[in-house]
Amino acid sequence: PCRRACLRALLSMGEDADTRKINHSFLRDHNYVTEADIISTVEFNQTGELLATGDKGGRVVIFQREPEGKNEPYCQGEYNVYSTFQSHEPEFDYLKSLEIEEKINKIRWLPQQNAAHFLLSTNDKTIKLWKVSERDKRPEGYNLKDEDGRIKDVSTVTSLQVPVLKPMDLMVEVSPRRVFANAHTYHVNSISVNSDCETYMSADDLRINLWHLAITDRSFNIVDIKPANMEELMEVITAAEFHPYHCNLFVYSSSKGSLRLCDMRAAALCDKHAKLFEEPEDPSNRSFFSEIISSISDVKFSHSGRYLLTRDYLTVKVWDLNMENKPIETYQVHDYLRSKLCSLYENDCIFDKFECAWNGSDSVIMTGAYNNFFRMFDRNTKRDVTLEASRESSKPRAVLKPRRVCAGGKRRKDDISVDSLDFTKKILHTAWHPAENIIAIAATNNLYIFQDKVNSEMH
Amino acid sequence: MRRKNMFSKGTKRKFSDAGEEAADESAMGLKMTSSYTLQRQSLLDMSLIKLQLCHMLVEPNLCRSVLIANTVRQIQEEMTQDGSWHAMAEAIGVGQTPADRLEATEVLCRPMVRDQDPKPFSVIGYEGCHSEEVVVDEALCSTTPEAHTAYMSSSLGVGPCWQGEGLSEVDEDEEEDQQDDCGSRSGGEDGGRLAEDSRATEQVFGTFEIKNPVTSSDPALEELFSDVDASYYDLDTMLTGMQGPPKMGPYDLLESLSSHGSPSISSTSSCRSDLNELDHIMEIIVGS
Repeated sequence: PCRRACLRALLSMGEDADTRKINHSFLRDHNYVTEADIISTVEFNQTGELLATGDKGGRVVIFQREPEGKNEPYCQGEYNVYSTFQSHEPEFDYLKSLEIEEKINKIRWLPQQNAAHFLLSTNDKTIKLWKVSERDKRPEGYNLKDEDGRIKDVSTVTSLQVPVLKPMDLMVEVSPRRVFANAHTYHVNSISVNSDCETYMSADDLRINLWHLAITDRSFNIVDIKPANMEELMEVITAAEFHPYHCNLFVYSSSKGSLRLCDMRAAALCDKHAKLFEEPEDPSNRSFFSEIISSISDVKFSHSGRYLLTRDYLTVKVWDLNMENKPIETYQVHDYLRSKLCSLYENDCIFDKFECAWNGSDSVIMTGAYNNFFRMFDRNTKRDVTLEASRESSKPRAVLKPRRVCAGGKRRKDDISVDSLDFTKKILHTAWHPAENIIAIAATNNLYIFQDKVNSEMH
Repeated sequence: MRRKNMFSKGTKRKFSDAGEEAADESAMGLKMTSSYTLQRQSLLDMSLIKLQLCHMLVEPNLCRSVLIANTVRQIQEEMTQDGSWHAMAEAIGVGQTPADRLEATEVLCRPMVRDQDPKPFSVIGYEGCHSEEVVVDEALCSTTPEAHTAYMSSSLGVGPCWQGEGLSEVDEDEEEDQQDDCGSRSGGEDGGRLAEDSRATEQVFGTFEIKNPVTSSDPALEELFSDVDASYYDLDTMLTGMQGPPKMGPYDLLESLSSHGSPSISSTSSCRSDLNELDHIMEIIVGS
């Protein structure tokens, strides 16, 4: 009887679906995953029509939403593969004898300004601007060359014709338009396009650079927290983002759990923050792991531009730009891990960087967890739900069943105990459609796309 | 004298509850804090192992390393405050004059960076540890005839630090830094380049001498460390040994220190740490 919306699974496996199915069934017992297929970033474009994923192998796969069909209401808006291309290749830094991974750390779409789509993709060192365009017509009837492109013998040409555009099978062409290289000594963790649509920033562990989209041989350094003596290094930049509509404002987060809002009008080098958002430490919860779990792994402005969403190891927090001394809301993602921090430190899971996302109306926030679980928090009703993204638990068009982790105490049927959580199945990357209740969840090498159907349509 | 300092009540801690703090004087309290000390030591060891084990091919994650280094710093500070850092050094048997002890404590309390003084612990060199890996080992192995006693745990300080400086087109000033670091460390001997910091590195790893406990006049210390399984410390050697020629881990440092000669490079004998012991320690920490 409750009107709570349920989620239906529109399972879409993406490109090379057959290959991946083969991988899974052939090696099912070992749960083997090709490392190159591990999805490392997920991003909707501004309209939600396109969804891009990047993986560890340096590939980008773009999905496009099919227009709704009137005949089959449940078939509305399925995402299918639109294009696949190799964005980055592995490189070798000869000076340091180190490999530069081709893994795509972030993808950001540019706002669409003409028929083509543009996106920025970055690995640890190099950012690239890609143009994605469609070709569905081709000219036919040239005078000087024949159908196969061979030059005609001029003497055979007796009359002239005007070439006409004939329809052809849709072809999606992706071409690199800019390569922004050699500006980062450290690993790039974030890119963010400015609302002016002309500039963007790229942030690494210690510096943030501002670029013009048309200029690749120059960038401006706007934040530099590298200490003069590297031995004094205690804090790094973990994420950065431009304000959604104030083109002079941006925010960056640190490994010490602080957020800095900077105004580019104040100075060329934004080392002095305009605002510092930091919550004082709770002395009763202090441990050797306090700093590590306070490190912010992701920061996102709300669509309204009024709030900030941050993710640290155990919580997600909502901050009001007008209040710097503490967040206005704190949600526990998986507090049952608090007593397991030492083990999680030992197996390095404590360093996992989870992302977070707002829904289109800024009323619900979402983030991933372990065991292929992801969590959603409704800011208005204060209700939260844990869902699982896995093949076994969700068939296409099935309704997702809420899950529960029990940390001792009463255990209900279907509860998962903390000790049986699979920490290798982590949902680090999630994205929410900018307008509708459609979410994209990356679970290792699988992409899940879930769509919200209001309860009244069921049964 | 030492007993009281080491087991003195501190601020609220992760591993013990508030209620148990009151039982400080009782045997129960004694046992609880010694278990805490053991856990803390394990955490310190684990952290240093993490910093040592660098990925061979790809640059290590700077954020992770900074967080681990900060954790080590915190442990070190706490251990210094309750005297166990100092006490442990004593157990190791590094020669020390009273004046040096005072200096050490003072320096620890004020983590200011001065040119000649040992610096607060940092993960220097670990980022560049791939290309500098051999060098790091030398640093750990090399000894100076005078075992300096400033107890500051220091930078591992081996040559170019935080190797990000590969992009010559971009950061010329960084290259200068790199050169400066190298310059200050130049010396006549083989390990001379690191001689300045080797004494500092000695102290960092001095604590791991638990492997070869020197009989100390302090029965409390003996009791504290008697049941620590040293084979855990072999984990580092075993793991690093897999990737290259066996090299000396930090825990072998004191062997070389005592010999005062050229360091023995051979790895420790036992190959695989006893994971049951490790699990046992983990159980204590996790409190399951």
